[in-house]
Amino acid sequence: MSREQQPFDPTQPLVATGNLRRRHLVSRVAQGLAIAAAAAAVAVLVIVIWAVVSHGIKAISWDFITKGEPDGIAPDLVGTGIIVGIGTLIAAPIGVLIALFLSEYAGRRGSRAVQLLMDVMNGLPSIIIAVFIYILIVAPTHKQSGLAAAIALSIIEVPLIARGTQEVLNLVPAAQREAADALGVARWRSILTIILPSALGGIVTATLLSVARAAGETAPVLLISSIFSGDTLQFNPLQPLPNVPVRIFQLSEEANPEGFTEAWGLSLVLIVIILVLGLGSRALLNRSKRKLTR
Amino acid sequence: MSATPPAGSTSLKLARSNRQSSARKRADRFGDVALRLICLGAAVLAAIVLVLIAKEVIEGAQPAISKFGFSFITHHEWAPPLEKFGGEGLILGTLITSTIALVVGAPVAISIGIFLALLAPTGIRNVISPLVEMLAAIPSVILGFWGLLIFGPFLQRSVEPFLHDTFGFIPLFGKPETTGASVFTASLILTIMVIPIIASVSRDLFMAVPQDLQDGAAALGSTRWEVIRGVVLPSTLSGMIAASLLGLGRALGEAIAVSQVIGGGTDSHLSLFKTGGTMASIIALQFSSAVSAIHTASLYYLAALLLVIGVASNLLASWVGMRFGSAGGAMR
Repeated sequence: MSREQQPFDPTQPLVATGNLRRRHLVSRVAQGLAIAAAAAAVAVLVIVIWAVVSHGIKAISWDFITKGEPDGIAPDLVGTGIIVGIGTLIAAPIGVLIALFLSEYAGRRGSRAVQLLMDVMNGLPSIIIAVFIYILIVAPTHKQSGLAAAIALSIIEVPLIARGTQEVLNLVPAAQREAADALGVARWRSILTIILPSALGGIVTATLLSVARAAGETAPVLLISSIFSGDTLQFNPLQPLPNVPVRIFQLSEEANPEGFTEAWGLSLVLIVIILVLGLGSRALLNRSKRKLTR
Repeated sequence: MSATPPAGSTSLKLARSNRQSSARKRADRFGDVALRLICLGAAVLAAIVLVLIAKEVIEGAQPAISKFGFSFITHHEWAPPLEKFGGEGLILGTLITSTIALVVGAPVAISIGIFLALLAPTGIRNVISPLVEMLAAIPSVILGFWGLLIFGPFLQRSVEPFLHDTFGFIPLFGKPETTGASVFTASLILTIMVIPIIASVSRDLFMAVPQDLQDGAAALGSTRWEVIRGVVLPSTLSGMIAASLLGLGRALGEAIAVSQVIGGGTDSHLSLFKTGGTMASIIALQFSSAVSAIHTASLYYLAALLLVIGVASNLLASWVGMRFGSAGGAMR
């Protein structure tokens, strides 16, 4: 600054010069790069979704949704529904109980340990969970099954449900607990009749999000429920069940143009299901958060 | 409890309510203990499952571990018919793909976090944030399928020849193959997968930086970028490292999308444009067609290595977050 020895001229317009101009430029460029990064992410999303929609729409028809192979994918949809449904039925209670333990019972050290446990579980590669369930259930019985796949998915869902539930439990106002305590209500009664009901919206949201995640998981199901024929509807979870992600994977491994069309159709159906679940749960979460923090 | 006892029979009522409340108390004591135990039980069950996973996978790998020992890691020949198994090529493939994913993805993701938390007006943030999370929600099998049919061939036609012509003297940029399946495609698919993870974590980090600190820097004459560089990034450094480690863990363990686009080779090489394999993807590709018990055991060996690396990167992430995050917290 001091090297500019120009006399002060009040008629000059107030513009940045020299170093300041350079700093402004740097700042402008940095902001531009950040905007470009965000735009790139959105662009990738649009490109992928567009590819799935534009190719998938050709496969979609009433028969495609309601019939079995070779015309349609109904058995795959039903199978995915059953596997994910059973997995969620197993995972939801365990996840909610772990969240309750974290927010209501665990001390500082205990909650840190369980939190770490949940983080590690959440970060486990899903192929390892698949290998684990294969060794534990499929190898000894020499039989793949939808039930075993559901158990594998439940291991993926538990940490998701636990974390989502815990976040909402932490939003339940302390005043509610204190009011219950002041009235002499026992801890377990206040948890079951006051805290859980007011967190219900968040619990449902977390569960829906975990369903969306589980519905698209391929690796756990691939080793455990992959030998099936998708020509008729199958409902028995003790048998391997046809399912959407594994079907897409198998079709993508075969170099067959008709198979590719079917795989695009399957992808479109799967993405629509997942996005609807995601958007629905987000709306639900906003509503219940507003209720809790009002 | 709410009923007011009529005058006269006070002592009688009191005695009865005492008896009632002592029954209730007993029930409550039981209920409290029971609910606490059930919750504890759920947490213990999760811990048991985690320990079981480690035990079963390592036990399954035992035949391969005793046959190949640690030379499994340094030996590169993977030949199922000859019963020769060495994981070096696959470990190298895993390292290369995840390193590229992280090196390309983390800066982009952190920039997105900066944009969402600090630059974007609320209206735009509320639109872009869900879109970024939507990117994370796309199933890996669909991303891999898109990579196989559209993205890979595009890279092979337009990007790989250019990189080979320009940087061909570096061994990484060898001659492109005829299909789109390559280590390069797999790396970029992984990049797309880690970006939303790191972006949403770093957005939350940046949102938590106290406004006072930023205002202070701005009042001292900092430009917007200088506020970010001087205040926001240093105070969230540990969190960004933790977020990147999370992304790394995801990239290391991704099996499906990678196996769709990488081509399934198992030899050890550095060229990005050839087919290759990673530990996770070879498990997905070869598991159901394993030719011998030792083949399966070798796949378990890979799974065990993957488990160790995955858990280590997760523990490191939370350690960094806790150890250095608390120092940042004290600064605030």
